[in-house]
Amino acid sequence: MTGSTTPPRLPDGIVVVVKEECATCHSVGSVLRELDDAATVTVYTQDDPRFPESPTPIHDADLAVSWHHGIETVPTVIRVVDGVEVDRTVGWHRDDWVRVTGVDGLGGDLPAMRPGCGSMSVDPDLVDELNVRFGASVLASRRLDIAEAEDEMEMMFTRGWTDGLPVVPPTEARVMRMLTGTTLAPAKVVATVPPDLVEVTVEKVAIAAVMAGCLPEYLPWVLTAVESACTDEFNMHGLLATTMPVGPIIVCSGPGTRAIGMNSGGNALGQGNRANSTIGRALQLVVRNIGGGRPGEVDRATHGSPGKIGFCFAENDLESPYGTLAGEHGIDPGVDALTLFAGEGTRCVVDQLSREPDSLARSLAASLQSMHHPKLILGFDAILVMGPEHARVFADAGWDRQQILNGISEHLNRPGSELVRGADGMAEGLPSAFGDAPSLPKFRPGGLMITYAGSGAGLFSEIIGGWANGDIGSKPVTRAVTY
Amino acid sequence: MTGTRTILDPTSERAVAERRRLERPASLSGLTVGLLDISKPRGDVFLDRLEERLADVGANVKRYKKPTFTKPAPVDLRHEIAVECQVVIEALAD
Repeated sequence: MTGSTTPPRLPDGIVVVVKEECATCHSVGSVLRELDDAATVTVYTQDDPRFPESPTPIHDADLAVSWHHGIETVPTVIRVVDGVEVDRTVGWHRDDWVRVTGVDGLGGDLPAMRPGCGSMSVDPDLVDELNVRFGASVLASRRLDIAEAEDEMEMMFTRGWTDGLPVVPPTEARVMRMLTGTTLAPAKVVATVPPDLVEVTVEKVAIAAVMAGCLPEYLPWVLTAVESACTDEFNMHGLLATTMPVGPIIVCSGPGTRAIGMNSGGNALGQGNRANSTIGRALQLVVRNIGGGRPGEVDRATHGSPGKIGFCFAENDLESPYGTLAGEHGIDPGVDALTLFAGEGTRCVVDQLSREPDSLARSLAASLQSMHHPKLILGFDAILVMGPEHARVFADAGWDRQQILNGISEHLNRPGSELVRGADGMAEGLPSAFGDAPSLPKFRPGGLMITYAGSGAGLFSEIIGGWANGDIGSKPVTRAVTY
Repeated sequence: MTGTRTILDPTSERAVAERRRLERPASLSGLTVGLLDISKPRGDVFLDRLEERLADVGANVKRYKKPTFTKPAPVDLRHEIAVECQVVIEALAD
């Protein structure tokens, strides 16, 4: 994997780069012989060392000449004077070849022009390796050589770098490719990651994204998620340290979700979509490997939840009758954005019979009331992921987002006497001082959030319960994705 | 061409400095002992009792409190404790 970062010097005269696999390179075979008679010609061949037969080619076996001299198309013709390129053309275009070579009347039996083919040095399967081999590396991370007999997948498990599932080995080539997903410099610091409070660079986030299985186009979402998680408002440290089962839930919206192929439809909260499955995982690998947040150490969760591995989904903002969660938090429509929410796993609300909004609002409220404990109120937020068939009941009645929230919340008020400790024979509950309160809400203002995702079949919604909210715990953090 | 034999370190690469613990004091008499309440319910009950016991052995007790148990102690509070106390007890509760 080593190669010189110094460009090989081109010989003076005419330099032509070809490959046998290219039909246009075959077409210009007679032209190369004409040139060989009239000028000093050096032919480099990328693939077959015996092509062309004449003039005798030099095999650019490691593609060093092609990579260093920026060959993107074959054939490429370059005029070199005193070791310096002074002119070039690509493909076959008679007038251009005449101009570059200074030889008249070339290729009389050929059409005036014929396009060339892609150079092997820009082949998508090769270019990342070549960039690493010949480019001056911009990456600062420590290189770790894997021993001859060592299995790299097992090695990464052994070192404690995984979440329990295999990770993709972060080779320099893969990380370089991942970094094409952002315009940010690899050395730029993105955030300070708890619990160890370590600064993380774009490069280290890209490494985590490779390991999680991301594509480069997901990287801006991962970077924005990392920035959002490592804020005082979101309090990632607290999410780790708490015994409650919460992790960062990432709710995405905007046209970018479709551009990277996120799933907002059937099984949006489940498996099977690469972007949904890997963006949240990349965030958690940053927390684990950079921040040092590991179960049994600072992570003290009693049970944990799926969000501890990674929980990310898209809203179906094109069809949502009530906008997006990001919009609720002040992001303009059409802007790519994500919201981080400290949440647990999902719980299904089944109501297959309500066709009137008030009936459905009562069902949703009854289920929400039981979140964490039916008698505990105000301390926890929740996200309600409404399925299209439930949302349609409200939309058909003309209810907008605020009306839906009001309609549900109306049925989430209970007298203090039902909520105090000991009421209903349950020790858990509010201090007795609340016993005289005539009506107490389940959620603080803004504490109940609604999103829109899921398939068109199923009169279901999902509740994602939150963690200690507000200043004492975690606040949802919404940010536009930075590209 | 696609070998994965060299990979990049995904960790923070922090060299973990080895730090020795301070020697345990032979006696608490005359020392200032800080009691940090992390703001968990009933932590104060535990600390009140500790304060009594510590006073009995001649320690000077100072009380401190984190704004919320979910976040690390603010840096100013940590500094205050470090400057004012020779010994600190952090009270967890649940």
